[in-house]
Amino acid sequence: MSAGPYAARGAARGVETATAWLVGALWILPLLYAFWTAFHPGEFSTRFVLSAPLTLANFVKAWHAAPFARYFVNTVLLCAMILAMQLVLCTLAAYAFAHFEFPGRGLLFALVLVQLMVTPDVLIVENYRTMSALGLRDTIVAIGLPYMASAFGIFLLRQTFKTVPKELDEAARVEGCSPLQVLWKVYVPLAKPVYLAYSLVSVSYHWNNFLWPLIVTNSVESRPLTVGLQVFSATDQGIDWSIITAATLLTTAPLLVAFLLFQRQFVQSFMRAGIK
Amino acid sequence: MTRTAQWLYGWLLLLPAAALLALFTHYPTVGTLWQSFHSTPRAGRSSVYVGADNYRALIDDPIFWQSLSNNLWYAGGTIPLSIGLALLMATWVNGRLAGRSLLRLAYFTPTMLPMIAVANIWLFFYTPEYGLLEKLTSAFGLPTHNWLGSKSTALGCLMAVTVWKEAGFFMIFYLAALQQMSPNLAEAAAIEGASRWYFFRRVTFPLLMPTTLFVLVNAVINAFRLVDHVVVMTRGGPDNATELLLYYIYEIGFRFWDPAYAATLTIVLLVVLGLAALGQFGFLERRVHYR
Repeated sequence: MSAGPYAARGAARGVETATAWLVGALWILPLLYAFWTAFHPGEFSTRFVLSAPLTLANFVKAWHAAPFARYFVNTVLLCAMILAMQLVLCTLAAYAFAHFEFPGRGLLFALVLVQLMVTPDVLIVENYRTMSALGLRDTIVAIGLPYMASAFGIFLLRQTFKTVPKELDEAARVEGCSPLQVLWKVYVPLAKPVYLAYSLVSVSYHWNNFLWPLIVTNSVESRPLTVGLQVFSATDQGIDWSIITAATLLTTAPLLVAFLLFQRQFVQSFMRAGIK
Repeated sequence: MTRTAQWLYGWLLLLPAAALLALFTHYPTVGTLWQSFHSTPRAGRSSVYVGADNYRALIDDPIFWQSLSNNLWYAGGTIPLSIGLALLMATWVNGRLAGRSLLRLAYFTPTMLPMIAVANIWLFFYTPEYGLLEKLTSAFGLPTHNWLGSKSTALGCLMAVTVWKEAGFFMIFYLAALQQMSPNLAEAAAIEGASRWYFFRRVTFPLLMPTTLFVLVNAVINAFRLVDHVVVMTRGGPDNATELLLYYIYEIGFRFWDPAYAATLTIVLLVVLGLAALGQFGFLERRVHYR
């Protein structure tokens, strides 16, 4: 954090700061542009004058032009369902890998890790066939199922569980706890920050996921926000950019607001998820 | 606890996750291979074994080759650019820069947005005549240009979106690693008279190797996994110039309804991902410094 002997000095420092800010401006520009378009009447969407009147009409129009309320409910249900299942399944599996000796452990762990490379996003053709066979096509459950056993979650929690001191574990067992009670009373509480980190990463991933939900859903009742937004902007609107941009901001607002409020937690969570 | 109890606990705890993984990762992987040797069932004709026919069709399919080469260009362009930028950004916001936390926020925000929303915003940005990019270029007196509509620039436009979205994400990991580095290293090197660049090349960069590898794995997977922006911005066009492998699989599988050929294309994608995994393992063995 401190300047250190290799921090830029003098003119070099000025150049560095200026470049960093130029890149920062480039990075925020498309967003500012979207905000400008969404909050002004259509005729000002590419005319940048300070006297342009602010309006919420675009948001109102977008909200009434498509069943966004329903899409919101679907996305929240989807994220909650996936996260709940992931937390339970990954905790149990990670506990097995970290704590128990059983034949095939190494091989099974390797088989789990396969999913890190071969993600469900790639296996769309076969998974679609499976969903059809199960009669689950066009349901929220079908969007979530392939992601519920997450190799990333299992891996992350296994690494965390392995750092739990043996003494704590043994003490709990001397007290007469069963293995599941040990898990619940010793391991899970110690891994709290990791759970938070994993949850934030998972929710933001599934809030944003698009291709698989697009394929497996085709009705308002099951579509998440991302797919709803695409259907809306591709067909209904012609090219009224003000309304499309308003809808875009609308669908990302909850995540964006949460991020701005809990910036530090988000950033630290992503960091934690990355450091093994 | 007896040995048998250990076994039983291990297996039972693993069972639910293993069942789902088997059903939605391992079974479809094997199923894809199986499908690729069979024909697509058509009206009145069920699926039959066709040997390597699908693969022969693949070799003769110019759109497949184009999507593969597009995807390799796309990966080759976006991966080094976003990783390089991420490293630069991390060193900037790690240093004592004015407005550091605001900058970090600016760099990271695109990561939080859905690719689909990002693509919508950029689509407007690239719109001919009307979009911001056109306004800027015409202010400099340049002729108007259909950025997404011409073969020479469309893929580049998509790459810019990807770099914009991913650099801030990768920055976070570099930042975490930089913050863990001991300041004593820099002081010791400065006493020895090492230049700034020398210090970066011989100390910082090698120490960041595990992070670089982690980021690289992510970047490679994303380059072949994420095609949301293709769906929104170009639909593979103009003239297949932005056809990426997974998008082509989506088109064949769900717009032309030819699952057997889509499975064959998926095998190619799996081979590419497998090769990337192997390459990274080899790289990992030789080059990465562990703490």
